[in-house]
Amino acid sequence: MELNLSPEYEAFRQDVNRILTENSHLAPGPEDRGMKHPKRLAWQKFLIENGLTARTIPKEYGGYGAEPDLLKSRIIAEEFARTGIARPMGGQGISMLVPTLLELGTPEQKEAYIRPTLHGEMIWCQGYSEPGAGSDLAALRTAAVEDGDDFIINGQKIWTSTAKQADMIFCLVRTDPDAKKHEGISYVLFSMETPGIEVRPLVDMTENANFNEVFFTDVRVPQSGIVFEKNKGWQVANATLTHERGMLGDPNATKARFLELVELMKTETLNGERLIDNPLLRDRLLKLQGEVYAMQANGLRVTTASLKRESAGLAGLIVKLQGCELNHQIAGLAIDALGELGILYGEGDHLKADGSWQWRYMYDLGLIIGGGTAQIQKNIISERGLGMPREPKPAKV
Amino acid sequence: MEFALSEEQRMLQDTVSGYLADAASLDVMRKIADGDAEAEASLNEGIAEMGLMGLHVPESMGGSGLGLLEACLVQEALGYRVARSGFMAATVAAHVLPNFQEDYPRGIADGDMVFGLALTELSSRRDGAGVTSDGGRLTGKSLLAEVPGTASHVLVADAAGSLHVVDSWSAVPMRTIDRTRAFGELSFDGTMAELSTRPDPSALAVARLLVAADTLGAAQAMLDKAVEYAKERKQFGRVIGSFQAVKHLCAEMAAKLEPARALVWHAAYAMDTHDPEGLVMAHLAKSHLAEVGTFVAKTATEVHGGMGFTDLLGLHYWYKRIGVNRQLFGSPEQARQSAAELQGFVAA
Repeated sequence: MELNLSPEYEAFRQDVNRILTENSHLAPGPEDRGMKHPKRLAWQKFLIENGLTARTIPKEYGGYGAEPDLLKSRIIAEEFARTGIARPMGGQGISMLVPTLLELGTPEQKEAYIRPTLHGEMIWCQGYSEPGAGSDLAALRTAAVEDGDDFIINGQKIWTSTAKQADMIFCLVRTDPDAKKHEGISYVLFSMETPGIEVRPLVDMTENANFNEVFFTDVRVPQSGIVFEKNKGWQVANATLTHERGMLGDPNATKARFLELVELMKTETLNGERLIDNPLLRDRLLKLQGEVYAMQANGLRVTTASLKRESAGLAGLIVKLQGCELNHQIAGLAIDALGELGILYGEGDHLKADGSWQWRYMYDLGLIIGGGTAQIQKNIISERGLGMPREPKPAKV
Repeated sequence: MEFALSEEQRMLQDTVSGYLADAASLDVMRKIADGDAEAEASLNEGIAEMGLMGLHVPESMGGSGLGLLEACLVQEALGYRVARSGFMAATVAAHVLPNFQEDYPRGIADGDMVFGLALTELSSRRDGAGVTSDGGRLTGKSLLAEVPGTASHVLVADAAGSLHVVDSWSAVPMRTIDRTRAFGELSFDGTMAELSTRPDPSALAVARLLVAADTLGAAQAMLDKAVEYAKERKQFGRVIGSFQAVKHLCAEMAAKLEPARALVWHAAYAMDTHDPEGLVMAHLAKSHLAEVGTFVAKTATEVHGGMGFTDLLGLHYWYKRIGVNRQLFGSPEQARQSAAELQGFVAA
């Protein structure tokens, strides 16, 4: 057990902090709207060149080319959080497709896609879920039928974020309708400009279209867009899903929100009394603080396991379930603490924190469901973590 | 950076758990609960022979010089077996006394002295009870003191938070729901303390942290038993562990318990390294483990169905251990209040 950094890493932290603070004037602000705003693209390039993002991706593909060092990656993430300076670009292209291509892509695919994706010049969306294939993703039915060197794709995807802005899609399609459901799926890359693709915004409870529906009608795309092998898309998708689960439930993000809640309760008053001075609200706050500390310590355990290239076991499996639930509860307490003013939303004179707590309370509920529902997480925890048997398949009738 | 147990710490865990698996089996604990003094003495001799009583005593005073993290690992193992032991009292005494006096820590490590704890005044003053001190003379009553039958000394807190070491007292047993441990009402009538110290905020924090570790062990035992039972028990032609209704209960227990374990480790490590957050984390470890423990105790019992309610299985010993730990040294609300005060969240 040793939570202090060695001098080498402490020096690295100071370096990172210096680079960020000395160049913070280059960072884009909220006014620089649009995913491809020149200031955003320039900042991303600056961060890559200084090893502050795309750090371990080889230089030949447009990354920084450093040896993998999880501790350094963690320090970088912490310094972005500490300084509040605009983070590197994220999104499903960078966080999910790039690692997948590095692992399983052809040399041509790596060459064509990784560099522009990392630099924010090529935006991706993910075509996985369908109306009839949510938790049971392998039941997907969007069909890709061979026609010469091409596929003709017909079907529908849902829960597709950034589909409007995306240049490209990484998409799961059924290429063998007669095979078992996991064995007839291919993972295909194609342009969102292809004729026959229609994107319809999907407005959710937050009143925003955070997601879209995407319809494919006789969409002709080249078969060379297959990643790995035809009908092996399920393995490819599983490689990518591992990257997604790591993103949901990050304890450092939870800690930051908890501190915002403490600040809110110290500054807002009700009937002349600070919210934090109300013993009932304060007890709820401290109850959540216990959970925040626990998830943070759990996160340290998971990081240590990754550093040693060991499995974190149960400590890793529970992060998505517990982390998303805790975020939701933090937002819930902020709303209760604000009381009547906690219901305001959108715009108005008395709105607190731009209505972000209500937004989070709704959006975080979405995250409890998305990326593998809480119930699917419990199946995974009990089966892989506790060795309990799977639900038996119903007998065929 | 490394947040994991060392090889030595894992060996300590294995050695203690291995010993307790037989020495503190359910049969043994039933005997002790029924007042078998011989069984209790034999268990505690074994624990002392492993050198555990002096685990937290500084090396310069004849102890092992290990930290609260190691102490929590031992307490967790004791909780796992619902064992009755003076380990917690020895560890609290070993934590607070070396600053004032060498003889007691040395005596604990040598096995010449056995301590009891009477700390309720630190968290829960009551009408009709309470200890006051006047020039080192103690008067009054301390409730829910845990004093081994072989105790030579008791560490007593008074109403002002000062700590005293006494070698004489009179005790009346206090029956609680938890028969795996013995509690009593201690009375003092102008008793001269051998040693009196100024208040030490770490005394309550350490006691609470160790209770949290005890609950962690007891709750882990209940989860393990529930999973094992669910894999064996058949209804409707299949093991009940294959029903999602049952699996999800087990997953929920594991999902709450695993981060709670990390919290206990982190709090103990922070106390050991004199991190100012350590005290806050120790109080929150107590309240958080109280909540998680209560959930696990109820849920694990439900997974066992009717059998969980019987004395035949003995699961209730763990249920009650967790129930007592929840209130001991103050309710979860009181522990959270301590954490709030330390962080300046409470208006003066």
